[in-house]
Amino acid sequence: MRLMSQILTIMGVLLLSGFSLPAAAENANYTFETEAQERQFRQLINELRCPKCQNQSIADSDAPLALDLRERVYQMTKDGASRDEIIDFMRVRYGDFVHYKPPMNATTMVLWWGPGLVLLLGIGTIIYRVRQQRREPDQLSAIEQQRLDELMAEEKQQSDKERRE
Amino acid sequence: MSQRVRTLIFLLPLLGFVGLAGFLYSGLFSDPSKLESVLVGREIPSFELPDLYNPDRTHDQSIVGGRPMLLNVWATWCPTCYAEHTFLNKLREKDVYIIGLNYKDDSRAAAVNWLQDLGDPYQINLFDQSGMLALDLGVYGAPETFVLDADGVVLYRHVGDMNQRVWDDKVAPLYYQARRDVGLPVPDERQAEVK
Repeated sequence: MRLMSQILTIMGVLLLSGFSLPAAAENANYTFETEAQERQFRQLINELRCPKCQNQSIADSDAPLALDLRERVYQMTKDGASRDEIIDFMRVRYGDFVHYKPPMNATTMVLWWGPGLVLLLGIGTIIYRVRQQRREPDQLSAIEQQRLDELMAEEKQQSDKERRE
Repeated sequence: MSQRVRTLIFLLPLLGFVGLAGFLYSGLFSDPSKLESVLVGREIPSFELPDLYNPDRTHDQSIVGGRPMLLNVWATWCPTCYAEHTFLNKLREKDVYIIGLNYKDDSRAAAVNWLQDLGDPYQINLFDQSGMLALDLGVYGAPETFVLDADGVVLYRHVGDMNQRVWDDKVAPLYYQARRDVGLPVPDERQAEVK
């Protein structure tokens, strides 16, 4: 139990720290006029996925394609494009895949709602079952009732006898 | 409530779980390195690029269309492109119309040498040093081959090398169907695939 909580703590710290390797690429000379632009750029290059390397963002990857995409995000940001405009630009070319947060549509619906739906179904069933059991207390069958009466009668006889003695 | 309905309610979460598990399981067998092209069914984006052999000459999107064709993305730094080159030469011999898009190559000279040594299967050679047309096409590696119909609309995009199997299974039926659609001749051995 102790060990478990320690492992969880370590995992939590790793998650909070971003658990990412130092992004060599981010050190390139990108200069901005406003802080908002720089923030948008940093945010976007961490949110856009490198189509070539798949499990890296374009900030983390050194693939030539990632470099091109970073450059494009930089140029568009400098030219005043909004965050949504840049994401759309990438989506038109590389599909929904390019953004780490896929939009909700027919194909991603199952991923977005599936697990929650199954969980709700499960909880719903448990609640239903528990209520059902409360409403209908266990009924004994006729034979069982008869046997119970017999046993109780015996018990009574027994205790009456003991009292007399 | 009947016993049947009650059983059904009881089984719902299980059914949900099985459905979800089946969906996720099937995902295990999809190839994550193959991205769907968003361009399929759309026209090639507009461009303006220099000719590979002649820097003074530029080509734009007007070279696309008029007939079905392939657009092959390649580079000398790409080993798989070397592997597929022989097959592209074979297609050229069969009068398949191919445009070459040289993608972010080390130098123009390297690309020209490659074509002189290995043969040039391309009708037109585009030189995309900055990779910007490739970016507009959603290219994420080389080689990639786009199949275009006579209107310049993308019918299919193949990621990886073009070879006999890919050609027979996927590309040739689309390409020759598109040829038939605009009244261009189709070779006898492909007649069965088009209607």
